[in-house]
Amino acid sequence: MSDLIRCDACPVLCRIRAGRAGACDRYANQAGELVRLDPLLVAQRTLDQDGAMVPFLQTANDWDGALVAGAESFITGVGSTTTYPDYKPAPFIVASKPDGVDMVTVVSEGIFSYCGLKVKIDTDRFLGDEQKAVRCQGEQVGHVTTAEYGSQMLALGGVRHLTGGSKKEGNVTCQTMLELCEGRAVELKVDDGAVVVVQAGQPPIVDGENEALMRVGCGSATLGMFAPQWHGLVDEVVVVDDHITGVLSEHQAGKFLDMPAAGVRVRGRRSTPGRYFQVAGHGDGWGGTDVSDPLSIIDRIEAKTAWPGLRLLMVSTTGEDSAYFVLDDDLLPQPAEMPDRVQVVVDRIAENCEPALCSVLFMAGAGGSLRAGVTENPVRLTRSVREKITRVSCGGAPVYVWPGGGITLMVDVTRMPAGSFGYVPTPALVAPIEFTLPLADYEAMGGYMAAVRSVDDVLATGKAKSLPWRGDNPWPLTPGNRL
Amino acid sequence: MSGPSISRGADGRLFLRHGPIELIIEMLGPAAEVALAQAQACRYFDGLLDRLVKELPLLRRPLGAAYPMFRDPVARAMARAVWPHRDEYITPMAAVAGAVADGVLAASVQGCDLVRGYVNNGGDLAFFLAPGASLDAGVVADLDQGELAGRVHLKHAMAARGIATSGWRGRSHSRGIADAVTVLAATAALADAAATMIANRVDIDYPGIERVPANSLDPDSDLGDLAVTVAVAPLPLGVRRAALLSGVDRARGLLAQGVIQGAMLTLGNQVSTVGSVAGKILKSAGPRDQSEEGLAT
Repeated sequence: MSDLIRCDACPVLCRIRAGRAGACDRYANQAGELVRLDPLLVAQRTLDQDGAMVPFLQTANDWDGALVAGAESFITGVGSTTTYPDYKPAPFIVASKPDGVDMVTVVSEGIFSYCGLKVKIDTDRFLGDEQKAVRCQGEQVGHVTTAEYGSQMLALGGVRHLTGGSKKEGNVTCQTMLELCEGRAVELKVDDGAVVVVQAGQPPIVDGENEALMRVGCGSATLGMFAPQWHGLVDEVVVVDDHITGVLSEHQAGKFLDMPAAGVRVRGRRSTPGRYFQVAGHGDGWGGTDVSDPLSIIDRIEAKTAWPGLRLLMVSTTGEDSAYFVLDDDLLPQPAEMPDRVQVVVDRIAENCEPALCSVLFMAGAGGSLRAGVTENPVRLTRSVREKITRVSCGGAPVYVWPGGGITLMVDVTRMPAGSFGYVPTPALVAPIEFTLPLADYEAMGGYMAAVRSVDDVLATGKAKSLPWRGDNPWPLTPGNRL
Repeated sequence: MSGPSISRGADGRLFLRHGPIELIIEMLGPAAEVALAQAQACRYFDGLLDRLVKELPLLRRPLGAAYPMFRDPVARAMARAVWPHRDEYITPMAAVAGAVADGVLAASVQGCDLVRGYVNNGGDLAFFLAPGASLDAGVVADLDQGELAGRVHLKHAMAARGIATSGWRGRSHSRGIADAVTVLAATAALADAAATMIANRVDIDYPGIERVPANSLDPDSDLGDLAVTVAVAPLPLGVRRAALLSGVDRARGLLAQGVIQGAMLTLGNQVSTVGSVAGKILKSAGPRDQSEEGLAT
């Protein structure tokens, strides 16, 4: 009888066997622990004193997730489970009447065989060449894709790694995606590249170094932004950048300020005046290059143009690295103390850099079978989404639906409630998905009208846990509140 | 330990919850009368579970030769409702859901001028109807699916003021294999106990029906070590009909004794009805056609 626990949630004091629930069906014995069964997660919002809708109870620390009476509620797909076979109505088809309009939300958890992550890593450090494999625990879970402005993109997951490779590759891929979707840190290794620790909403850690700031722009853009502020304080500025290194006096920005040529020639391949590609290799040095001594990118200083006493500033595109030199009588750069007024502008570069973050977008396709839980004629759901009559959300968070066929969506995992994601051994990810549309349109598309229940009926089951609505997410039930 | 919780739906319905009791209460009438009725329901609900828990050991004891004596009115109503079934194994707990619904309804409508109202305790309903008023109650054919199989039109002129449903997939354990047995009776407590007992009798010994001792699932079950159903494989038509007929037999007996007003029994796609209100239930029961089986009375 050691598997029995005594529930003290109410006066009945049920004794509950392992794996079973008490008389209320709300408390259960999970491996000897008394747990509350809250299959559904409900987002709630309420009115503030001025009548505006606001997230409620943000300040109440002791609030236990109990539902609040009278608050406007949106049933999320989190914990709603799924139906199988899929031609049965979705687990919850919920009618509500916000602002006097009859709306219906079809609430389900999708099992996504086709899903992946688009990961944006704000860094100019070298992560790896495009198309290189990205591995976790030695298994390929994705690849390096395009470099974007100040960021490197990774494509992770996808059906090929989930089910197209070895069993282990599939399981590691599924686990990697689940960890990232749930906001936990994952260490990834790029073939012939860096080891990067990725966590949604957190700065990346590249080869053990915390990335703090995104570059303010490429070297050329940095010159364009700050040239007037340096004018008169220095004779030359070299902004070191892995993509485009800028040389002020040669650059259009310097010419515009009538700066004389300084004769400081950098390495690399000249693109247009004052803009140079490939001044050094990729690395975790200055501006995403492998440079630790900035003078190493200077090819030569031309005697006929330069002059003793020339003031040279070298700075990275994040302002994190900088050095100030004055040419001596032999036209050799000598380190010197940076004047305060120059330092101010260097600091301003750093100030204008945004915090470097990892962002994780979950991308998945709501396939025919999932749609069949909404309507007997699934293509009508697709059309309704296309026509922006049906709004799609994931755990109440707004999604982007791709143009073209099917319902292929992307959602920022940090805007979804904690615990939204799960997995099945297929392997595939499980994620909440909700379709919200006017009741009349639902009936017209061949929806399961007999299965529609009122939001109060669902809440009355007592098996729902409330979370405050996130104020930065649009309220999914507001008519015309297009995501 | 949490106490009773009270919440209100936007449509005016009242939700009362404490431990295993979950009530949905809806009243129709002048606003002031509805407000008074709801306040009375809340007042009565406070402490109700605690009073029942005090008498729980005796409430879980099977009936013997002596009529059991309780202090609390709801516990006394439970005893009254199960007494007609004393020849079989039964405890007052067989009527707990219905008796709670009856008790809250009676306290709620006391002295109020209402058109109609109901207290729904997890599918067992007690209702009030003023002269001329009526209420449509949904009926399910399978407790697992919860989809409505039809509606029963309840009128003031009818004797029934309670409706209850039992089945092996429901929240409490059943000894039978009925998907659902819905019973109309003068009180929800009577309907609750009768639905339980009729559902127990919708039964047959056949391979593919799995049973386990009730206390292996719930150590405090009032059914002790009696076998309760945990799985039913698809059954041949003849087997389903035979099982259903056993339950119909019991329902007819209860009807004849005046314990119930009517019943609807379902197993697989077989539906049988008993009593004068049965036709009203079946009228909108949809595709489940009972006539070919010839089981309807």
